[in-house]
Amino acid sequence: MKLTLDVWRQESRTTVGRFETYEVTDATPEMTLLELIDRLNDQLVHEGREPVAFESDCREGICGCCGMTVDGKPHGPQDNTPSCEQHVRSFTDGERVVLEPFRSEAFPVIRDLIVDRSALDRVIQAGGHVAIDAGTAPDADIAPITFEAAERALDFAACIGCGACVAACPNGAAYLFTGSKLAHLSLLPHGKQERGTRAVAMINQMEHDFGPCSTYGECTVVCPAGIPLTAIAAINKERMRSAFRRRAD
Amino acid sequence: MTAATTPAPTPSGTVDPQIDLDLLRTLGAPLDGRVPEVPAALAWDDRRLHYNLVSPNNRRKFTVIVVGSGLAGAGAAAALGELGFNVECFTYHDAPRRAHSVAAQGGINAARARKVDNDSVDRFVKDTVKGGDFRGREADAYRLGAESVRVIDHMNAIGAPFAREYGGQLATRSFGGVQVSRTYYTRGQTGQQLQVAGANALLRQVAAGTVTLHTRQEMLDLIVADGRAQGIVVRDLVTGEIRAVTAHAVVLATGGYGNIYHKSTLAKNSNATAAWRAHRRGALYANLCFIQFHPTALPLSSEWQSKTILMSESLRNDGRIWVPKQADDLRKPADIPEDERDYYLERRYPAFGNLTPRDVASRAARERIDAGFGVGPLKNSVYLDFSEAIARLGRDTVYTRYSNLFHMYQQATGDDPFDTPMRIAPGAHFAMGGLWSDYDMMTSVPGLFVGGEVGWGYHGANRLGANSLLSACVDGWFTLPYSVPNYLAGLLGQPPLAADHEAVTEALDDVQSRVTRLLGNNGTQGPDRFHKRLGELLYKYAGVTRTPEGLAKGIAEIRALREEFWADVRVLGTGDQLNQELERAGRIADYLEMAELLCLDGLDRDESCGAHFRADHQSPDGEAMRDDDDWCFVSAWESPATPHGMFVRHDEPLRFEAVPLQTRNYK
Repeated sequence: MKLTLDVWRQESRTTVGRFETYEVTDATPEMTLLELIDRLNDQLVHEGREPVAFESDCREGICGCCGMTVDGKPHGPQDNTPSCEQHVRSFTDGERVVLEPFRSEAFPVIRDLIVDRSALDRVIQAGGHVAIDAGTAPDADIAPITFEAAERALDFAACIGCGACVAACPNGAAYLFTGSKLAHLSLLPHGKQERGTRAVAMINQMEHDFGPCSTYGECTVVCPAGIPLTAIAAINKERMRSAFRRRAD
Repeated sequence: MTAATTPAPTPSGTVDPQIDLDLLRTLGAPLDGRVPEVPAALAWDDRRLHYNLVSPNNRRKFTVIVVGSGLAGAGAAAALGELGFNVECFTYHDAPRRAHSVAAQGGINAARARKVDNDSVDRFVKDTVKGGDFRGREADAYRLGAESVRVIDHMNAIGAPFAREYGGQLATRSFGGVQVSRTYYTRGQTGQQLQVAGANALLRQVAAGTVTLHTRQEMLDLIVADGRAQGIVVRDLVTGEIRAVTAHAVVLATGGYGNIYHKSTLAKNSNATAAWRAHRRGALYANLCFIQFHPTALPLSSEWQSKTILMSESLRNDGRIWVPKQADDLRKPADIPEDERDYYLERRYPAFGNLTPRDVASRAARERIDAGFGVGPLKNSVYLDFSEAIARLGRDTVYTRYSNLFHMYQQATGDDPFDTPMRIAPGAHFAMGGLWSDYDMMTSVPGLFVGGEVGWGYHGANRLGANSLLSACVDGWFTLPYSVPNYLAGLLGQPPLAADHEAVTEALDDVQSRVTRLLGNNGTQGPDRFHKRLGELLYKYAGVTRTPEGLAKGIAEIRALREEFWADVRVLGTGDQLNQELERAGRIADYLEMAELLCLDGLDRDESCGAHFRADHQSPDGEAMRDDDDWCFVSAWESPATPHGMFVRHDEPLRFEAVPLQTRNYK
């Protein structure tokens, strides 16, 4: 297969970027999107041109490293699939494909397709944890957790932290991300003691870096972990809950 | 040691074919693992009782560097931070949660023994020691089993939503190589849930001010002064700045080196540079040839395939593995009648069948593929067939058990396992070998500690499934927080190494000149091409089955490839910006050194054990033959300081008291 790639090239955070156009003539349908760029990069290096910088790690859809905007859509043409599991078979021979970094003011470009997503970690740092030191936890069987609660917690905990939800959102909101963390920890017994303070801290930090939510739902179309839209409801629920209770838990 | 009389390998190019083991390595002094002189089951209690402590008021006077933010690194950094030490934690990732622990699927073992299936810490140790083919430390396995109980409690408490039974208690499942149910899990994403919980606990300490987290910073050298590890040199991957950081102790939790095979189940960035640089500064490397090949990885199907994706070994519970009885059979699997199929694992190992341990299953697959019975376009794989299970259990049940794995397989290959058998092949996976450490997880360089896969102790020559998440958690949360303070206690009142100490300047200069050399090399080939060739070479000569001739030839070809690398590698871009080619080049340069020692270790170890299968040490029916009289020890290597010097092999004798030496038998 032959594919024409318009790729965003940008030297650093402070320089002005531009599109450059490349051709890959020996793409194959079973290649992943990232292997297509590997192929392109080998070609570029061989020609003495700097390869396209992009992030990836596990290439199995779990680490959340990879992510780029493909023809305007975060991660690529297939819904709920990370870039590493998008395949060339989604494109047609001779097609033109536009590759850009994730688009969000909260994610400044570092180089080419690589963005800085540390704003997400600042949300976690603000309160997305449980205050239990090593060795002090009670027996894990002492507080029974229903099968359903564990499964629901896991539905939210499945978030891989890729940031596609933010990139897909017209407002650049991180409600799906933050909501999934709040929902996850609110369902487990050990997370409940700080439920109120956690909600305030994480939501305040989130609002510092990210936009508001208008419930467009674009985030759930691209989320590789399939986080449900109800995660968004957790933001307002937890916010209201803590405002009325005014207690740490 | 008969390998010294190995016939000369076939000449290869311009490389000297006369590789004689005694010209490559000498034998050094035996090592003391400093295991307490009490029965192995009591060793950890005894050692903890004798550890020195640092009082709470003094802890903030000590700085500890932790390199890596995976389960071991995040655990050690968080736990040391919780105790009140100053921790400087480094990761090359943008966020601690990305570390490769995240990709483990199946589960984490723990000897909690809540069921009446007769599990116990002793049985856990027996399974681990035997599964490792008696080449790990028995006392370390006891610590692993004993601390496993608290690991589950802790990870549960800090947010990992473990699978639960309908009564609300923790659920468990079975895994390969054991007959009890001790594997705790969260769907097929146990590693992710543990890793995220660990990373969040780390961020909690960052918020509390005890841990300073440095993201996108890669360790490129270790600073050793006065015989002690006292700092590291890091490169900021965004700005290119190279700087030194000094501390009272250094913990490496930087993972395994399986990516040396290029096509492996590891993440693309997983690399051995931090460990290898520490080795070059004096830390001994143990048992490098012990690499696990996972039997249920996806085969290579195209030139540009970037890795061998791993499918959980739980698939072997219901899938039957087979190849055609006739070599080069080009028919579709459905067209091959039942009596023309060879279910070779069931044939060779009737007692364990498709659930033999990983090393045995990988070896049997490789044997069939090499004999010409492989399937698929490249004839490099075997079938994993669910049709019998679908007929027996119904499509719905099979779907419930394996839906996410079937989906993943279909994503990767385009084939639906409900319609056609999966194709699988052994892929490089886990490094049982690693930096040698004593019982306290301290390497041969005082002050340099290891945690997780970068170390060597627990898994011997073959790791059991679901023991790797456990060992990373135990090291990070429940071993290093005891043993590191014991070391620090002796340094009370001493400031960290001065920034202008000559050891600091020297390490900085070394890193800078290496970066400059790579960038100025002006060759014609990018680093990836060398990595690919190195991987092919290692699969060929140091793969599932090894021969002395092949390993010797491997050493010669690695040397030639290394020479070619330094003569012809091209690293584009500059050093003062984000430069992934430079990152890759440095890592591959280290792999090219490490690969030689990996082959040498395999050539030297004149026996078959666990994942190290030497064709010249097998029984008439093709089973591995261990040699406990001559090889019941850990090999711990020193690399030569000069290009033409000799490697030195030290040994730490292993003793097995609770689990007596025996031959593994899965027939």
